[in-house]
Amino acid sequence: MTAKTVFDDVETLKKELIRCMKCGNCMSVCPVYGVEEKESSVARGKIALGEAILDDKIDIDDETLVKLIFNCLVCKSCMLACPSGVRYDRIILGLRATIAKKKGLPFIKKVLFGLLKNPELFDKGMKAFATMQGLFLKHEEQKVRAPRGLLRQFGKRFDEEFLLPEISKESFRDTVQELEDVEDAQATAIFFTGCSVNYFYPEVGNDLIYVLKKNKVRVITPRKQNCCGMPVMVHGDIDTARELAKKNIDIFEKVNAGYIITVCGSCGSALKHEYPIILEGDTAYEEKAKKWTDKVYDISTFLLKIIKFEPPKGELNLKVTYHDSCHLKKSMKVFNEPRQLLKMIPGITLIEMKKPDMCCGSGGSYHLTHPDTALKIAQSKAEDIKQTQADVVCTGCPACMMQLFESIHRWDNSCKVLHTVNLLAQSYKSEEKENV
Amino acid sequence: MIDDGFIKKCKDIFGPENVLTDKAELITYSYDATPGIPSEIPGVVVFPQNIKQIQELISLARQTKTPIYPRGAGTCLSGGPVPLSKGVVISFQRMNKIIEIDADNLTATVQPGVIISDLNSAVSKYGLIYPPDPGSMATATVGGSVAENSGGLRGLKYGVTKHYIMGMEVVLPTGEIFRYGGKTVKNVTAYDFTSLFVGSEGTLGIITEIICKLIPAPKYYKSMIAFFDRIEDAGKTVTDIIRAHVIPATLEIMDKVTIQTVENYAKVGLPVDAEALLLIEVDGMGKDSVDWEAEKCLEIIKENNGKAKVAQTAQERDSIWTARRAALPALAQVKPATILEDATVPRTKIVEMLAAISNISKKYNIMIGTFGHAGDGNLHPTLLIDPLNKDELERVNKAIDEIFEVALSFGGTLSGEHGIGVAKLKYLKNEIGKSGIKTMRRIKQALDPDNILNPAKLVPVED
Ligand SMILES: Cc1cc2nc3c(=O)[nH]c(=O)nc-3n(C[C@H](O)[C@H](O)[C@H](O)COP(=O)(O)OP(=O)(O)OC[C@H]3O[C@@H](n4cnc5c(N)ncnc54)[C@H](O)[C@@H]3O)c2cc1C
Ligand code: SF4
Ligand code: SF4
Repeated sequence: MTAKTVFDDVETLKKELIRCMKCGNCMSVCPVYGVEEKESSVARGKIALGEAILDDKIDIDDETLVKLIFNCLVCKSCMLACPSGVRYDRIILGLRATIAKKKGLPFIKKVLFGLLKNPELFDKGMKAFATMQGLFLKHEEQKVRAPRGLLRQFGKRFDEEFLLPEISKESFRDTVQELEDVEDAQATAIFFTGCSVNYFYPEVGNDLIYVLKKNKVRVITPRKQNCCGMPVMVHGDIDTARELAKKNIDIFEKVNAGYIITVCGSCGSALKHEYPIILEGDTAYEEKAKKWTDKVYDISTFLLKIIKFEPPKGELNLKVTYHDSCHLKKSMKVFNEPRQLLKMIPGITLIEMKKPDMCCGSGGSYHLTHPDTALKIAQSKAEDIKQTQADVVCTGCPACMMQLFESIHRWDNSCKVLHTVNLLAQSYKSEEKENV
Repeated sequence: MIDDGFIKKCKDIFGPENVLTDKAELITYSYDATPGIPSEIPGVVVFPQNIKQIQELISLARQTKTPIYPRGAGTCLSGGPVPLSKGVVISFQRMNKIIEIDADNLTATVQPGVIISDLNSAVSKYGLIYPPDPGSMATATVGGSVAENSGGLRGLKYGVTKHYIMGMEVVLPTGEIFRYGGKTVKNVTAYDFTSLFVGSEGTLGIITEIICKLIPAPKYYKSMIAFFDRIEDAGKTVTDIIRAHVIPATLEIMDKVTIQTVENYAKVGLPVDAEALLLIEVDGMGKDSVDWEAEKCLEIIKENNGKAKVAQTAQERDSIWTARRAALPALAQVKPATILEDATVPRTKIVEMLAAISNISKKYNIMIGTFGHAGDGNLHPTLLIDPLNKDELERVNKAIDEIFEVALSFGGTLSGEHGIGVAKLKYLKNEIGKSGIKTMRRIKQALDPDNILNPAKLVPVED
C-alpha cells in the first residue's frame, strides 16, 4: 500500500480540511446541531477540531475531543449543503481512523468487529444471540422484543420503550438458494443482503427475490458474503473495513454477474462510494473496486432504469409516506425512484412529510452511543410521520426501519413500517389473487 | 480573568448544561467565517436563556475585567464574534424564540438567536416578509445580522437591516437594561437609537429582543438574465435602469471569471464568452407595473448591446437564481480557500471598480472572481488562494489593501454589508478620519467604561 489517503496520512487530511471556509451553511441541515445547538455538533466544528489536532492545539487523547468526533451520524446532510464541496465523509472517517489508531478501539467494539471480519463466526454469534435473546430481551408482541433488566443496566438507551425486531434463528441466507433461476432472464444480479436483512428482516430479502423473479431477473445470493463494512468504517476501524471490502470484492469477482443489488442505503453507499475511497491507491484492489462500484444499484434504480420493469397491478388501498434514508438519498442520490415506484402501485397515495429527508437518528450505533440526542432526532421524525396520517411509512433502508419502528411505538402512532420492496411484493401478490 | 471561581459562578447563573468549559468545545468557538484573522480560544462559553442571567454575567465580567464576546451563528465575515483573548463567549444559539407576530401592526418581536430564514417562514403564513436576506440567511441569526447591519440580494429596493428595526431591548455593558422604540410606525423620541445599536457589532450593548418591521410579500415578479460582450455596457445598463426610475428588487452582476467558473461547475447554460452578466428581478403588487418595469429593463439592455432572456416559468426563474447562488460555491471549488471582500462604490463607478480589480488580479497574480449587488454598488471580489502557499498569502494581503484603497478613491466604502470587525480595522481611519475614530472612541467609552464588550473590534484601540 503506497497510497496517501486521509486514513493514513495527515497531510492529505489537511488538504481536505482547508477547503472548509467556515461559512456555517451546514448548520441549517445537521440533525445533531438541530438538537444540541452548539458548534461542536456540526461539521464546521468538527473540521475545526481536526485542524486543531493537526496544529497541535489539542491532544488527540483528549477525552472530550474523542467524544465530539464521534458525535456525528455521518448522515452527510452537511455535504449536500456545503458550498465549497468539502468532502466531509473523508474527513470524519479520517479523523476517526486517526483516533482509533492512536487509542485503540474500546474492548467491546474490538470483540464485535472481530466477529464481523469472520462471517462464519459472526453468523454463529448472531445465532447464539438469537437463542439467548430471551435473556436480554423479552417478548413484546409477535417478532418484537424489548430489553429485560439485564440489558437495561448497560445504559439508558435500553429503556422499556427500546424495541428490536426479533433476530431470526435462521439467517436469511441460510434459507434461500444461492441461485434463484428464471426462464428467459433479462439480467443476472448479485443480491448483497447486508446484515439487517440477513438477521432482522428476512422478509425484505424474500420480497426482493420475489419482485426480481417477477421481473425475470436471475438472482444470486452468495452465502458467504460479508458485512459491507460500514459499521466498522464509521468507528474508524478502516483496516477491518478494508479487509471486509476486499473479501466482498473477491466474492463478486468469483460470481461475476452484471449487477449488484442492494436494499439497504448503507450497504449500497458502502459498496458504491466508500470502497473506492478506502481502497484508493491499493494496486491490487483499486481498479476492481471501481469496476464493481459501477455495477451497484439500489433496487429502485435497478427496476426503473436498468431492466424492463413490469409494474404491479394489485390494488393496495393505503396512504403511504416515504422516509429518505440518509445514505440512500445523500450518498447514492436515490430519492426519485422509490417515490416513482410507490406511485405506480394502484391504490397508493403518497403523502410527503414536512422533512422527508431528515435523518431518523439511527446512524448505525449513534443511537446507542448518544441516546439523548438520537431520541430527540427520532422524536421529531416520529411527529413528522404522525402529521401525515399515513398507514405506512416506507423507506429503503432496514437500519432506518428499525429506528422508525421504535420511534413510532415510543411516540404512540399506529403507522406500519415497511420497505419499498415489501409494498411492491404485496401488490404483485394481490394481483395474483385477483387473477385466480 | 477566567478562573475556576468564574466558571463556577457561570454554572450557577446559567445552569451547568448551558456552560461549556472543555477545551475541545471551546476551540469550536474560536472562529467565524473570516479567513486569516487573529483569534484566541475563549475561556468559557455560555448560553443565556433570559435577560437576568446576562445582567449577572456582566456584573461578574466587570468585577474581573473579563471581555465578553457576543455570538450569533458565527457567519460573520469580518471577525465580529471571534474572541481575541480568553474571555467569555456569550452564544445566542439557544435563545431563539419568536415572541410575537403582529400581522396587523406588521411587526415581529424576536429573541436574538432566531434564524433569519425561520423568521421568514413564520411570517410567510401571513403573506408577509422580513426583507433583509443575507446570503447566509439559512444560518445567520437576527441578533447577529442586526449587530452587523446585514444587507442582501434585495438591498437595492428594500434596503438593509437598519431599515427594518423598530425597537430593541439591550443590556448595556454597565448592566442596565434599555428598551427603546416599539410598534409605532412613527417614533422620533430622543436620539435615533436604531442607528446607534444596529451595526454596533457587539461593542455597545447585548441585544436581547428585537422588534422587526414586516412588509407585504410582493405578489408578482419577473426575472431575467442579460449577457454583455463589454463590461462597460453592463455598467451602463445598471445606471440607465435606475435613471429610468425602475428599482429592481435585485440587480446582480457577475464578471467573466465568475461566469466561466459557474458554468464549469453548475452547467446552467451560461455563455462562457460573455464579459459580464446581469441578473435582474423586478417585483411588486400590480401585474401591470411589474410588466412595465420588466419591459423597460429589456429595452435598456437592448440599447446597451446586451442579450436578454426572461424566465417564463418558475423553473426558469429558479435556474437563473441557481446561477447566482452558485457563484460563491463555484469559485470556492477552484482553489482550496476563498477570501470574500465587500468593497462598495457608488453604482456609477462599478465599471471602473471592476477594471481596477481585474488589474490588481493581474498585478499580484491572484485569481479573483467578482460578483455582487451591482444595483447598490456592493461588489464581492473573491480571491482564490491556497493557504499553504506562503508567498501567495503575502501577495493576497497586498492585493486586498489595494482593492480598498481604490474603492475609497472612488468615493466608496470599506464595507457594504460585512462590517469592520477586526478584518478591516486597519483601513478605518482612511475612510472616517481621525475625528471619526475619536468620535467612535467617545461613544464606546461612554457606554462601555470598562471596555468589556467585544473589545478591540470596530473601534481601533491604537492610532
Ligand atoms: C456564505 C455567506 C454569505 C453571506 N452573505 C451576506 C450577505 O449577503 N449580506 C451580509 O450583510 N452579510 C453576509 N454574510 C455575513 C454574515 O452572515 C452576516 O453578517 C450575518 O448577519 C451575521 O449573523 P450571525 O448570526 O452569524 O452573527 P455572528 O457572526 O455570530 O456575529 C456577528 C456580530 O454580531 C455580534 N452579535 C451577535 N449576536 C449579538 C447580540 N445578541 N447582541 C449583540 N451583538 C451580537 C457579534 O459580536 C459579532 O460582532 C455572509 C456570510 C457568509 C458566510
Ligand atoms: S454528517 Fe450529519 S450529523 Fe454529521 S455533521 Fe454532517 S449533518 Fe451533522
Ligand atoms: S458548509 Fe462546508 S464550508 Fe461551510 S462550514 Fe460547513 S463544511 Fe465548512
